[in-house]
Amino acid sequence: MLIPLSWLREYVDIDLPPHELAHRLTMAGVEVGEVTELGGWENCCVGEVLEVNPHPNADSLQLCRVNPGDSTEMEVVCGAPNVAAGQRICFARVGANLYNTHSGRHETLKAARIRGVVSEGMICSELELGLGEGHEGIVVLPEDAPIGVPLDDYLGDTILDLEITPNRLDCFSILGVAHEIGALTGKKVRTPEVSYSEDGPPIDEEACVSVADPDLCRRYTASLIQGLKIGPSPQWLQDRLARAGLRPISNVVDVTNYVMLEFNQPLHAFDLDKVRDKTIIVRRAAPGETLETLDGVPRELNTEVLVIADSRDPVGLGGVIGGANSEIGPETTSVLLESATFNSYNNRRTADTYRLHTDASQRFEKGLRPELAPIALRRATQLIQQVAGGTIARGIYDIYEDADSPAPRVTMTLRRLKQILGMDVRLEQVEEVFHSLEFQTERVSDDAVSVTVPYWRSDINIEEDLIEEVVRIIGYDNVPTTMLSTPIPYRQPVPMTELRSRIREALAAVGLQETISYPVVSLEDLEKVNYDVKGFGPLRVANPMSTEHDHMRPTLLPSLLDTLSYNEGYNEGPFRFFEQSRVFLPQVNQLPEEREVVAGVISGMRSEPSWLVDNGPLDFFDGKGMLTSALAQLGLEPSWEPAEGGENAALHPGRTARIMCSGSRIGVLGELHPTVTERYDLRYRPATVFELYMDALLALPARSGRNFRSLTRFPSAHRDVALVVPEDVPAGRVQEILDRHRLVERVELFDVYTGENLQAGAKSLAFHVYFQSPDRTLTAEEVNRTLDGLLRTLQRDVGATLRD
Amino acid sequence: MSQSTAQSIEDLTQTALTELAQLDNPEALEQWRVHYLGRRGGLTTILRGLSQLDLEQRREVGALGNRAKSTLEEGLERRGQEISEARLAQVADLERIDVTLPGRPITTGRLHPTTQVLREITDAFVAMGFSIVEGPEIEWDHYNFEMLNIPQGHPARDMWNTLWVDYVNEEGQRPMLLRTHTSPMQARVMESMEPPVRLVVPGKVYRYEATDATHEWHFHQVEGLAVDEGITFADLKGTLYEFARQIFGARRQVRFRCDYFPFVEPGVDMSIDCFSCEGTDSSCRICRGSGWIEILGAGMVHPYVLRAVGYDTEKYTGFAFGLGPERIAMLKYGIDDIRHFYSNDLRFLRQF
Repeated sequence: MLIPLSWLREYVDIDLPPHELAHRLTMAGVEVGEVTELGGWENCCVGEVLEVNPHPNADSLQLCRVNPGDSTEMEVVCGAPNVAAGQRICFARVGANLYNTHSGRHETLKAARIRGVVSEGMICSELELGLGEGHEGIVVLPEDAPIGVPLDDYLGDTILDLEITPNRLDCFSILGVAHEIGALTGKKVRTPEVSYSEDGPPIDEEACVSVADPDLCRRYTASLIQGLKIGPSPQWLQDRLARAGLRPISNVVDVTNYVMLEFNQPLHAFDLDKVRDKTIIVRRAAPGETLETLDGVPRELNTEVLVIADSRDPVGLGGVIGGANSEIGPETTSVLLESATFNSYNNRRTADTYRLHTDASQRFEKGLRPELAPIALRRATQLIQQVAGGTIARGIYDIYEDADSPAPRVTMTLRRLKQILGMDVRLEQVEEVFHSLEFQTERVSDDAVSVTVPYWRSDINIEEDLIEEVVRIIGYDNVPTTMLSTPIPYRQPVPMTELRSRIREALAAVGLQETISYPVVSLEDLEKVNYDVKGFGPLRVANPMSTEHDHMRPTLLPSLLDTLSYNEGYNEGPFRFFEQSRVFLPQVNQLPEEREVVAGVISGMRSEPSWLVDNGPLDFFDGKGMLTSALAQLGLEPSWEPAEGGENAALHPGRTARIMCSGSRIGVLGELHPTVTERYDLRYRPATVFELYMDALLALPARSGRNFRSLTRFPSAHRDVALVVPEDVPAGRVQEILDRHRLVERVELFDVYTGENLQAGAKSLAFHVYFQSPDRTLTAEEVNRTLDGLLRTLQRDVGATLRD
Repeated sequence: MSQSTAQSIEDLTQTALTELAQLDNPEALEQWRVHYLGRRGGLTTILRGLSQLDLEQRREVGALGNRAKSTLEEGLERRGQEISEARLAQVADLERIDVTLPGRPITTGRLHPTTQVLREITDAFVAMGFSIVEGPEIEWDHYNFEMLNIPQGHPARDMWNTLWVDYVNEEGQRPMLLRTHTSPMQARVMESMEPPVRLVVPGKVYRYEATDATHEWHFHQVEGLAVDEGITFADLKGTLYEFARQIFGARRQVRFRCDYFPFVEPGVDMSIDCFSCEGTDSSCRICRGSGWIEILGAGMVHPYVLRAVGYDTEKYTGFAFGLGPERIAMLKYGIDDIRHFYSNDLRFLRQF
């Protein structure tokens, strides 16, 4: 919303410098986004065109003699078609800094020879002055513009660009802002005087207006001006509209816009001669009706749309846009002027339906007060007559069913004010605030005041609204600052949040970088990781940001692989990423299940390039090492089972492990399936990915890990054993058998061997086995006996023999 | 005899010590030891001759001999130490590495800057007795809007451009959405418990919004809520002031101005004074010369919201606030573009 200070000053005196004013408004809740100064036109003044002659050497140019007001005369070359003797114009002398329409930059004006004639200055267009886009002709000032006055003084202005919150509808109007400034600075506001004589015939003899659906149109007022003449608006009116950001169209339409900006009330002018039977009916559209709106688009109407109709057809979409069939044109002489209060909800829905968010609909949808309608109607009627002539019909239509309902009142008590703000305010001070806002007050008791809210404010409905008015005017700095002193509630336990935080820490500690990516992916992304998108597919977004982000992800894999692939373009690695997030699994007629998952990917070289390190690619066993160590930080010692038969279609069937803990599956680790690796065209291979299921981790028995074991004083004995087992026996199975014995303290696998000296189909696994007892020193004999026993078990269970 | 024996002990001791002082390696020391203190060494030989003396002399000279022995032994040990120290010093003097060579790389992982800042923020409130709760990212219109005093058709809905889930219910409505804020948990929590309530809700939120340097369509929010008998706007000020000090330093000043959110009344936003220029630089990039930086929105919980969850609005009051961790991280670390956060470029992530 653009508010020119020059216009604002008509209603309220402003002593504050513009930036201070902007600050005060902002602090009170009417945010000023930008303050734009119009001006800076040095060496420019109001001039008078004395004479216009043809240029001797160019048909399209003219030679003007200009009076700049200092009893000299200047000869100026001008190409504008609209220049004429007697005009007051914006004259720029040599040295003025103006926008050069040829170069597209601001440049200092120099005396120039144009087709053989020296031009001693320039007559300016809007574009050159930065007043607007117009460059077809020069700016013609009003006849009373004082010759010689610096242009800054005459045309200079300050424009406030307000960023208004939806509740402060009042500040969508200049008068509304004036009332706000009045309250903030203690100045009185001048509302325009409206008076005119109604010399025409009674309005109800000339036009017939009725409201068939008052639920959607609470109040409908109309006036009639006959015998007027359509033409351009006077310059002052055009200037004001332009500075407030609206394009001038014609006098009658400009007045409706002007009064909308001034009072907030949208108005609409119908050419009464185009309204069949001079009859206006406000009603819901009938099935199958259509209307071509002012923007030239034919619209199909539905029965929830409120239209303004003549005796047969719609002539306007109530409160949104007019119809082309009743548009004001150059031939118009009779104008029926509408000022109405439409239902905000219905209005918004209509605007949404047709994607027609107009200046009018944006005001109506926020709920204008019905009291405003006749006030604005009269103001606009007066102005139309003033700028377009004509005779005003006697009386107005004012159709208002609940006209007798009392003005809304809201009561505020000091007790409630203290309960909300935590401070005492005297009743007198409260009343003072309300009076500054032009709210009428009535004391109900020593503690309470009843407030009548003026017609321009529609945001004051409950006691708390009044409390906000008090505090925003007296200032938030005047409220004390205290720490909470109410009892601290019991803490809500949040096991998932805590677990998540521990897992993040643990994964970072083993060298994984946390990433966060968009939780919305595409079906192609999912197909790339072999995710089955058919059947009960992932949750779809109805209005996605882009087709790349239109499904809530049911797996983190595609995001991680995108992160990997993206970073391969900028870095050498190593790449070690993890992401903790939710995946979304749809459910019938319910919110989706949001399952917490941690997933990661590692790829690239094990270490950054270094003169010290023998590097190799990160692989499955790096991943396993990291996860083992990260899970150990959580007190978990999982077992790893070969996940034959495809745990996850994105993973390599022969290089994937299921991670098990206390009998439940807590995650999966595997190399990426070769087809997936290929699709992502990854630079480093392999890529190893993992997923941990947070729900499963959370469901583990509380004391599954982290049980203190006493530190034994007795020495351990160790034996190295090399076992030959069939190749398909997992090393983990052998290790588990060794681990299980109560005297075995620790088992380390230190060599895996296949090849020479071994039978085909066999492999050798070599272990350091440490024996220890918590209560005695083991004898060599005892150790050997234990080992023999273990070897027998291994022979029986997995066919292991000691290697020679 | 005894005189001369005593003399020879004395002489031997002197000679031995003089010699000892010249020695500079362990092998020579060993030879010296054998020569003077060994079984056939000088002192042993002299002492062995004692048997020929009478008892009185034997005792006298014996004592002398033992003293001499311990003198020599001590000397030996001291010299041994001196030699080994000198030698280590020499070794240390020769052993050199180029300490300017790069170290052995250790790959460490770090938490995402959003995670780090979220933790800082929630820690500050947890210290003031707030609990952390989380809610669903896919929400019903009912909780995201209606329970928060933003009914269907309310113009304030424009403040939250919404991404809707492609799901139509039996009434032909589209009631499921990607939550636009973490505020729905206000209603969800209050529905499930009686006051006192004091909680913060961190989480992801979504908006149908074009991205630029300061806008993302996916970001995080921390919503806060405190409801009880006797909670006032003054408490809101104190709590959020304390938060600002925790995050931005104890010297920070705060400023409140009127703002609008449908689920609070009165509503405010809070700014901190510019920690970068402290209001002295009219071209400051952080505060754009205003001296103040907006960091959060807040207000007293709207009676509509309390009534909707069945609270007695005469008895209970409370405040709510919402803030964006990305914005706070951008301010703290001088990040100029919010789009860095979720592009996951290692060059960005490794800086935090």
